[in-house]
Amino acid sequence: MSDTFFSGAPHWAWLIILYFFVGGIAGGGSLLAAIVDWFGAPEDRPVARTGYNVAAVGAIISGALLTIDLGRPLRFWHMLFQSANFPTLMFKGWSPISFGAWGIFLFGLFSVLTALGGMAEEGRLHNPALRAVGGAVRGTLAKVVGGVAGLLGLFIAGYTGVLLSVTNRPIWADGPWLGALFLASGVSTGAATLILLAPGRGATEQSLARLSAFDTKALVVELLVLVLFVASLGAVNRVWLSFWGLVLLVGVGFGILAPLRMHAQRRSLAGAARLVLLGGFLLRLATIFASEGIERYRVAAGM
Amino acid sequence: MAEAMGFFTDTTVCIGCKACEVACKEWNQLPAENGGVRELSGDSYDNTRKLDGIHWRHVRFIEQFKGPYDGRWLMMSDVCKHCVQAGCLEVCPTGAIVRTQFDTVVIQSDVCNGCRACIAACPFGVIDINPVSGTAQKCTLCYDRLQVGLEPACSKACPTDSIQFGAIAELRTRAEKRVAQLKSQGVAAELYGADPGGPLGGLNSFYLLVDKPEVYGLPRHPELPTTNLAKSGGLSVASAAVLGLLAIVGLRKRRMDEQSRGGGGNV
Ligand code: SF4
Ligand code: SF4
Repeated sequence: MSDTFFSGAPHWAWLIILYFFVGGIAGGGSLLAAIVDWFGAPEDRPVARTGYNVAAVGAIISGALLTIDLGRPLRFWHMLFQSANFPTLMFKGWSPISFGAWGIFLFGLFSVLTALGGMAEEGRLHNPALRAVGGAVRGTLAKVVGGVAGLLGLFIAGYTGVLLSVTNRPIWADGPWLGALFLASGVSTGAATLILLAPGRGATEQSLARLSAFDTKALVVELLVLVLFVASLGAVNRVWLSFWGLVLLVGVGFGILAPLRMHAQRRSLAGAARLVLLGGFLLRLATIFASEGIERYRVAAGM
Repeated sequence: MAEAMGFFTDTTVCIGCKACEVACKEWNQLPAENGGVRELSGDSYDNTRKLDGIHWRHVRFIEQFKGPYDGRWLMMSDVCKHCVQAGCLEVCPTGAIVRTQFDTVVIQSDVCNGCRACIAACPFGVIDINPVSGTAQKCTLCYDRLQVGLEPACSKACPTDSIQFGAIAELRTRAEKRVAQLKSQGVAAELYGADPGGPLGGLNSFYLLVDKPEVYGLPRHPELPTTNLAKSGGLSVASAAVLGLLAIVGLRKRRMDEQSRGGGGNV
């Protein structure tokens, strides 16, 4: 049996699962927004603006979820600054939770700035201070800030899986694919969110069709990585003989295979997107709780 | 730095009296679980069950019986290993976990924000949240006592010297002598964590065992969590590159002729 079975569960539960899900969507949405912004056609602007908004709202929700989940929420800043030597920075380049905290902070900053720029462009900002900030983020500066937000989004979508791998816990640390898997899932759920929300901002049929065609590819990558992830677990796969194994199966069936089929048959884009979101959530639910539920020693002793 | 200090636990002389658990709770003023109303576990004499934020010592009972009179008891007082390369210290994002001048590993409760990364990082399942402080806690190897020249409460209380406190170099010599003595009596004794060239650079709390480590709930090859970082990070970067490229190709501006054909080749 893997040595990971002797470690203790960190009680990362619903708030963290929700963060992994929302953070993935925000990161994926931000990446796609930046790509559309840089490489897309002018008529794709509504998609880019929606993506940046999803990123900004997602980043704020993510920060809130992570803070509430701490044992001592008011000490959240200890992750960014050395509490005894303020304002000396606190940063460990080898610890995903440490560089991840900086990643979320910067992602929040850049995505909010970009979103404000987009809203100013649409004339939707009424508060003078916000309008001033948003108004400043335009032209080349807006593109650069958006590009950085997109790259940070890519980081946010993937580092959460790396964070789980850099532990000693069953499943998470038993294979190296979780970062890649969460990243693919973040991008596919990000695309699905844009498909659902961008029409409200005036996105064209063509933009949506392109997004959906890309989502098909992202889902194929996700499925491939999922297979590699499961294969890398070897004997640890026994843990899936539980309720969480069933959740994972449902997630793959409804969240990856069914949308792929719907895309192939060119059926409802929105329906497929909703299923992709469900699948992304179930994937995280299953991977977190399957590991969290393993009681140390009991399993180890009963090997 | 002062000399490296730690524990050598000779499990063959443990009698399972739990004096160490009591001494630890008392000195460190650790609260009772569930207001002191504890359910019996049904697992031998072990109702503590595991190390956590309010149990920094845990006496493990292993019954190995083939029949009523044919078998043996194994008992072991478990604690933080004060690893020379400590996974908990490595990942802690607030810098709350530090290495002391005694080469021991201590969590500063006023710095910890309860993110719980250290819990998942420790290969031995040592740390957990103390519900009173809301922070991660574990054995400090009585850092407060060491600073004033006292030995830790648990080893002081141990009536059989199963837990021995001292300078690591000296403890290792003592442990090797004890192993040789047991082997000469036909007992299959092995040291766990005493080798500075072994996993995690050696453990400053090491053990003498008479069965496989797994039997005592100890991993055979404990590792640092960051062993996985390069591979996991590398694969994530690779998949990021693939997805990024697919997105650029799929979402880029189409040439006029493709667009006039209705949405481009990728739809
Ligand atoms: S045993 Fe666990 S808690 Fe103790 S020093 Fe090693 S990694 Fe840290
Ligand atoms: S719970 Fe506290 S000690 Fe543990 S990693 Fe987080 S901040 Fe550090």
